[in-house]
Amino acid sequence: MAKISMIVNGNPVNANVDPRTLLVQFLRENLRLTGTHVGCDTSQCGACVVHLDGRAVKSCTTLAVMADGHEVKTIEGLAADGAPLHPMQEAFREHHGLQCGFCTPGMIMTAVDLVHRKGHELSDEVIREELEGNLCRCTGYQNIVASIAAGAKAMAKSDLA
Amino acid sequence: MYEFKYHRPGTVRQAANLLVKNEDAKLIAGGHTLVPVMKQRLASPPHLVDLSHIEGLDTIEMKGRSLVIGATAKHAEVANSAVVGEAIPALAELAGLIGDPAVRHRGTIGGSLANNDPTADYPAAVLALGATIVTNKRRLKAEEYFQGLFSTALEADEIITKVMFPVPKKAAYVKFRNQASRYALVGVFVAKRPSDVRVAVTGAGSDGVFRVTAFEDALKKRFSHKVLDGIAVSADGLNSDLHGSAEYRAHLIGVLTRRAVEAANAKD
Repeated sequence: MAKISMIVNGNPVNANVDPRTLLVQFLRENLRLTGTHVGCDTSQCGACVVHLDGRAVKSCTTLAVMADGHEVKTIEGLAADGAPLHPMQEAFREHHGLQCGFCTPGMIMTAVDLVHRKGHELSDEVIREELEGNLCRCTGYQNIVASIAAGAKAMAKSDLA
Repeated sequence: MYEFKYHRPGTVRQAANLLVKNEDAKLIAGGHTLVPVMKQRLASPPHLVDLSHIEGLDTIEMKGRSLVIGATAKHAEVANSAVVGEAIPALAELAGLIGDPAVRHRGTIGGSLANNDPTADYPAAVLALGATIVTNKRRLKAEEYFQGLFSTALEADEIITKVMFPVPKKAAYVKFRNQASRYALVGVFVAKRPSDVRVAVTGAGSDGVFRVTAFEDALKKRFSHKVLDGIAVSADGLNSDLHGSAEYRAHLIGVLTRRAVEAANAKD
C-alpha cells in the first residue's frame, strides 16, 4: 500500500491505496466523486478528464500515486452544490451541448482547460482541434462546439475560473 | 493491472540503483504508454520507478548551439516552449501534434524515445536532426540508439536524462494521420543541417524509424521539393496492414517529404 495525500476540489485528502489504483478509481470509489466517468478506459474518449495542477489529464491513465502531493479538480469542483453552475456548465445546458450526458464532465473539464490555455475567443476550428481527445457518440459535436464557444466568452465575465 | 511495488526516487542515481536492485523494474514518467499496456496486462513489471518527482529532469534550455530537452519534459511543455520555438520550431510543432491535449500534458520525450513505438513522432525528429540521447551512463547517437520495433540501445539499468538537438538551418515535420487512431500512418521529418540533409520517416517502416538516403542525397545538392521528382521510394521493408499497403505508405513518404521541404523553405 502507498500513502498518498492531495488536494481534491480544494479539500485535503489522505489515503492508503494499492499503487495500481488509477486516479479515476480513487476519485470515484474512494472519494465517491462519480461525476468523472470511465468511458473507453484506454485514454481515447476523454470522459475521465480532470485537472491535475490545473491541466486537463486523463484520470484513467494516471496512477493515483502519481497525483500524490498535487492538486486535482473534478467536475464537482467547478461550482459549489446549490450555487449557480459554472459558466461552461451553464453554456452546455443553454446550447444543448449534451444528449445522454456521459461524455459531458470530460468535455467540460477539457473546455475549461482550453479556455485557460487559449483564452475566451475561440474559433470553431480551434475548438474542434482541441476536442481531439474527447469523444461524444450522441450529439455530432455541433452543439458541443457552440457550447464551448459561448462558455469561453461567459467565463471572461465570471468569477469562477 | 497486476500488482507492483511503487518507488519514488529523488535523483537519477537512486532511480538507477532501484533498477539494478529490482529485476524487471520499469521506469515511469508520464505513464501514457506504460499504464495502458499494464491495464491490458501486456506488461506486468513487479516494480515501477517513478521519475516524475526528480527535480531538474524536465529542463529545456540552450547549451551552446544545442537545444537540450530534459527527459521528463512533457509534450505540451516542448510544444509551448519559447526556447524550442525559437531554436527548432519544427520540433515544437511536432510535439503539439502528439496525441491530444490531455495526453500532451502527461507524456514525456524520454518516455516516447525509450518506448520507440514505430508510429511515434519523436524518433523521426531525433534521427533527422542527428540528436544525441544522453543517459546516466553515456551519450548515444541517434543512429545507434534506435534498434528496431520497440527496441533501443538502452541497457536494463540505463536512464535517459536528456536529449541534445543540434540546431538545423531549416526543418519541418509533416504527419499523415490514421483517421481513427490519429497515430502517424506516415510521418516525415526533414532537416537541412549545416553539412547535410536528413529525411527520417516514422510510421511506415516495419523496423521502426529510418532515413531515406536517396532523398537526402538529392536534397543536399539543392534543397527544393522539385529535386525529388522521379525518385521513388521502395515499398520493401514497409508496413502493410488494414490501414494501408506498403505501396501506399511508400507513395506517402514521397508526398510528405515534398510537403516537408516546402514547409521548411516557407519558414524563411
